[in-house]
Amino acid sequence: MKIKTLFFGITSDLVSASELQIEVDENSSVENFKSVLKDEFSALKNINSYAIAVNEEYAENETLLKVGDVVAVIPPVSGG
Amino acid sequence: MQRTSIKITSEKLDLQECYHFVEDDSCGGISAFVGTVRNDTQGKEVKQLDFSTYKPMAIKEMQKIADLALEKFEIKKIAIHHAEGMLQIGAIPVIITVSSKHRKAAFLACEFAIDTLKETVPIWKKEYFSDGEVWVNAHP
Repeated sequence: MKIKTLFFGITSDLVSASELQIEVDENSSVENFKSVLKDEFSALKNINSYAIAVNEEYAENETLLKVGDVVAVIPPVSGG
Repeated sequence: MQRTSIKITSEKLDLQECYHFVEDDSCGGISAFVGTVRNDTQGKEVKQLDFSTYKPMAIKEMQKIADLALEKFEIKKIAIHHAEGMLQIGAIPVIITVSSKHRKAAFLACEFAIDTLKETVPIWKKEYFSDGEVWVNAHP
């Protein structure tokens, strides 16, 4: 299934896009999704950590993705 | 009665608006935190800052902080407003105001809100120097 994926901050520079469709297997977890990301975008290895949000909420590695979910790649935040 | 005011805007933030929102006859004080754009980072001159947001999620996370502050502290009202877009030195990226019956709770809630915002709210700033630009915190 294709997952609409949003990139923010430094990650949008690293993948040269703010939004992409990422192909993952049905019933993939957030952890599976991250390893697909790492394989597809070696540039993301340049940052030490990022969080994943699913449908505008921070998600755990175990969270399962389903069709229609919107995933966001959240590098360390720096508001305020 | 609405007890929280949450906003992300590309307009100039308005301290008077945040102050007015939390005013309440039952309160003995209002505390405010006003963030301002600093002109240097580790000795290097900053020209301007660009704030980008994941707006719908950032609004939700700011609302969570406000709701949690109401739960944790004896406060009456809280406003959390954040700017987005390019800001010049001295401009205001964030304002937090809190009203409470007694002052201690307002001070504590204000500090809690800004500290938590800096950890959880999906907002990013890019610093512009005379010789380039850097995403803040990108390589912690």
